[in-house]
Amino acid sequence: MIAALCFYIFATILVGSAVMVVFSKNPVHSVLFLILAFFNAAGLFVLLGAEFVAMILVIVYVGAVAVMFLFVVMMLDINFTELRKGVQDYLPIGLLIGFILLVEMVVIVGGWSMTDGIATTIMAPTPPINEVTNTDAIGRILYTDYIYLFQLAGLILLVAMIGAIVLTHRKRPGVKKQNIGDQVRRRRAQAFEAVDVKPGEGIV
Amino acid sequence: MGKYLDIFVGWFGYRLEDWALITFGTIANVLVVALPVLLAVAMIVWVDRKVWAAIQIRKGPNMVGPYGLMQSFADGLKVFLKETIIPAGANKFLFLLAPALSLIFGLVGWAVIPFGEGVVVSDLNVGILYLFAVSSLAVYGIIIAGWASNSRYAFLGAMRSAAQMVSYEVSIGFILVTVLLCVGSLNLTDIVLAQKGVSLGIFDGYFFTGLMPMFFIFFISALAETNRTPFDLPEAEEEIVAGFQIEYSSMSMALFYLGEYANIILMCGMMSILFFGGWLPPFDWEPLYAIPGFIWLFIKMFFFFFCFAWVKASVPRYRYDQLMRLGWKVFLPISLLWVVLTSGYLVFFGKLAG
Repeated sequence: MIAALCFYIFATILVGSAVMVVFSKNPVHSVLFLILAFFNAAGLFVLLGAEFVAMILVIVYVGAVAVMFLFVVMMLDINFTELRKGVQDYLPIGLLIGFILLVEMVVIVGGWSMTDGIATTIMAPTPPINEVTNTDAIGRILYTDYIYLFQLAGLILLVAMIGAIVLTHRKRPGVKKQNIGDQVRRRRAQAFEAVDVKPGEGIV
Repeated sequence: MGKYLDIFVGWFGYRLEDWALITFGTIANVLVVALPVLLAVAMIVWVDRKVWAAIQIRKGPNMVGPYGLMQSFADGLKVFLKETIIPAGANKFLFLLAPALSLIFGLVGWAVIPFGEGVVVSDLNVGILYLFAVSSLAVYGIIIAGWASNSRYAFLGAMRSAAQMVSYEVSIGFILVTVLLCVGSLNLTDIVLAQKGVSLGIFDGYFFTGLMPMFFIFFISALAETNRTPFDLPEAEEEIVAGFQIEYSSMSMALFYLGEYANIILMCGMMSILFFGGWLPPFDWEPLYAIPGFIWLFIKMFFFFFCFAWVKASVPRYRYDQLMRLGWKVFLPISLLWVVLTSGYLVFFGKLAG
């Protein structure tokens, strides 16, 4: 009963906050609702007994990705009323794109066919939750059957990271930077000069 | 469960439904942990100020109660009686939500901290991931506070804090991975039990000794993660006045302090559990087990808190670029290298657990 109650609470808040992500006037509120949605999705995973996925969802999405979203969105200085002026003009084309996407998804799902051996794959026993923790189970399958796909995903992320660095990194001339080696190597002769000032003359 | 049922029959004269029992039992468990944590926060603020004063050859708080012990409570009463001022341009709801969030995330982490074998609110399989998740959430209180205050200083503090906490989380993650590799479990009770027979969790000749460099990096990262000196840039008084807290007054400001200190003690607890054997006595010697486990845990946590206070009193603040350099260019490569070395060692000598 508690599980059912929790499910309905999490699910209601999840759907509600997902709707609010789209309909919030302020993008910062949108991101905060997105975070709430992630959080409730993690709650649903816990109810399913998938605690590893739940924790990873919170760590990766809420703890890192959403912080970056929030970071960027908060720094943007947008006039929202200005931005919403063209809504009427763009509504038909937006609806059209939405409709095309919907049709495509219906076509894909409608044309879905299972491979022949699927019945045996589905019947293959998953380890019971109380014997093998799901961290263990995921590890065993991810690093054996799916090792190449796993490595490929890692490689794609690496390429994306290097790409982002290459695209944004620029050498800026004239920026003063601390060089600890230079500071340590500096001797008195380079830093200090004693000038004998004659009275009434000063330093020219 | 049966035991609880009988208790309730005795108290109320009728049997409670199972769900009610679970609810009440959970709430009771939570209170048993959360209330002492709040009390500990109040006392640890006093300890912090006393240590800080002693290092600067001052007396510190000594007026309220014996040795000034009641100082934190007096301060608490004072802020409670003051007016909560909400700036006109602030986002009211988020402005009030932020301090509450920061306290909540300081407290929820305690749910998985084991105070003894089986003495834990929730013995999660993924306890350490839970702790990691909660510590990564602590940034939200600050970042929301900074934005909702609608002030430049507060916003700068929030930006600094977000960047800093996300950076140091990466190295903390890798440090946790090295510990996990040695133990072969994500459960905190298993992590502590794996250190049984290892004096102070360090001196057994092999892998726990090898984790010591990781402990020092964890300690420094914990300082950065909790915004303590020398990494207290988000609230640097001299540069951005008080950072994200600038618009806060009375109880809403006190909640930030409570959350911050609850987080600090949580980090001390994590250090004791991951590297120093948690509730186990320092040496595997039978008479020492006569002292209850939670006392050993408290002693260890107190020692680490003393180190936090010591650092606060004696180290100057980092500059922001130095902070980022330390996190990304020093700690990240070292901890990543240590993950590779540890796993290589464990595989090569066939010591991999599980």
